[in-house]
Amino acid sequence: MSHHELDARHLLCPMPVIRAQQQVARLRPGDTLVVRATDPGALHDIPAWCRLHGHEVLATTTESGEVRVTLRVGNQ
Amino acid sequence: MSTVSTPRKAVALISGGLDSLLAARVVLDQGVHVEGINFYTGFCVEGHTHAIRREHQHKPKRNNALWAAGQLGIKLHIIEVIEEYKDIVINPRHGYGANLNPCLDCKIFMLRKAREWMEANGFDFIITGEVLGQRPMSQRRDTLPVVARDSGACDRLLRPLCARLLPPTLPEREGWVNRERLHDFNGRSRKPQIALAEQYGFHDYAQPAGGCCFLTHEQYSHKLADFWRARGEKRYELDDIMLLKVGRHLRPRPHFKLIVGRDEGENNFLSGYRGRFVHLAATSHAGPLVLLDGRADDDDLDLAARLTARFGQGRTAERVAVVVTDTQGSEHTLEVAPLPADEIPETWYL
Ligand code: SF4
Repeated sequence: MSHHELDARHLLCPMPVIRAQQQVARLRPGDTLVVRATDPGALHDIPAWCRLHGHEVLATTTESGEVRVTLRVGNQ
Repeated sequence: MSTVSTPRKAVALISGGLDSLLAARVVLDQGVHVEGINFYTGFCVEGHTHAIRREHQHKPKRNNALWAAGQLGIKLHIIEVIEEYKDIVINPRHGYGANLNPCLDCKIFMLRKAREWMEANGFDFIITGEVLGQRPMSQRRDTLPVVARDSGACDRLLRPLCARLLPPTLPEREGWVNRERLHDFNGRSRKPQIALAEQYGFHDYAQPAGGCCFLTHEQYSHKLADFWRARGEKRYELDDIMLLKVGRHLRPRPHFKLIVGRDEGENNFLSGYRGRFVHLAATSHAGPLVLLDGRADDDDLDLAARLTARFGQGRTAERVAVVVTDTQGSEHTLEVAPLPADEIPETWYL
C-alpha cells in the first residue's frame, strides 16, 4: 500500500479527472491518492468517476479555492 | 455439458448527450457488457465556461459524459486527444460544416480511436448514438458508410438507434445482439429519442444546442478564424483555444486584439495569463482585466487603455487611470478618457 499525490491545480475540467484516471491506472488496489485541483468541477467529477470504477472516496475538502479528493484504489 | 458463454463486450462512444446514452442502454438491455469512452479535444462544451464565469457558479456543475455513464452504471474512460485532434481541426479532409466544425473527419477520428481501444482491450464491437439523417454532414446515408470504412471500424460498428435502416453488422449477423430489438430512427425529429428516454426513465439529460463542441458555434468559429488570420497560420495550443472561450474579444486594429474579462471569474482566469500578454487594468475605478494579444505602439496602447476604461465603472468619468503592464512586469500608467460606446464599431467585436 502506498500513498500518492497528484497536482492537478490550474487545470480545467475534465483534465483533473483525466489525470487522476491516468495516475490510478499505474497504482495497485489499496493504494491511496490525493488529487489537488483548483477547478471546483473536480469536486464532483472525480468522485463520480470513482463510483463508476469501484474506487473508494475517503475524503473531499475545499479550502481557499483548492479542492482535495482522497481516494483508495479498488480492484481494476 | 452446458456451456456458459461470456457476454460480448462493446465500447460505447458517450458524448454526454441523449442519443449516445440511449444507444448504450439499448445494447446493455441485450445482456452485452458495455463500457463507455469519451474524448476530450479541448473544444468540448463541458464545464469550462461554467467553471470560469461567476454568473454560472450557482448552477451545479457536472460532466455530462460521467453523468450518462452513472445513469447506465457503466465504466467511462475519458481519453485526452488534444494534440492528435489538431490535425483534424486544421486540415479536415472532408472540409468544415456550417462553422469550423469538421464533423465528418472528427467522427472518423473518434471511431478510429475507439477501434484502437476496442482492439487493445479485447472488446468486440463499438456503439454510437448516430441517427440516420440527423446531422447534415456526418449522419447522412452516404456518409455513415464512409465513417465506418475510414475509421477501420467497418462492420464492428453498431448504431442501435438506426440499425434497422442499415445493412446488418457483424454483431447482428453473429447474434450478439438481436436486430429486431434495435431501432429505425431517422431524420431530425427528436420525438422518438424523447419517447425512448421517457420509457427508460432518463430525465435531466443534457441537450446541447447546436452540437457537442464549440466548433459548431458561429461566434466561436469566427474568433478562431480571426485568430488564425492574425497569426498568419492555422495553428493553436490548448491555451489559445481556451482563451477564445473567455471574455469579450475586440479587434480594433489588424495587428492586435483585446480580451476583456466580463466578471470576476473571468478576470481571475485571465490573470493566469498575465506573464504572456501585455495587460491593462484601471486603477482609479473598478473594471476588467484586459489582455492585449498582438503588437501595439503608443497610439495603440492609448486606444487599448480607453477601451479598458470604457468597460469598467469609470466609463462615464472624465479621466480614468489605467496601468499597462508588459510581459516582463514593468508598468506605466496612462490617464485616458473612456472611449464612448458610439465610437466602438460593431466590426471590432469578434
Ligand atoms: S460537433 Fe464537434 S465534437 Fe461533434 S462531431 Fe462535430 S466537430 Fe466533432
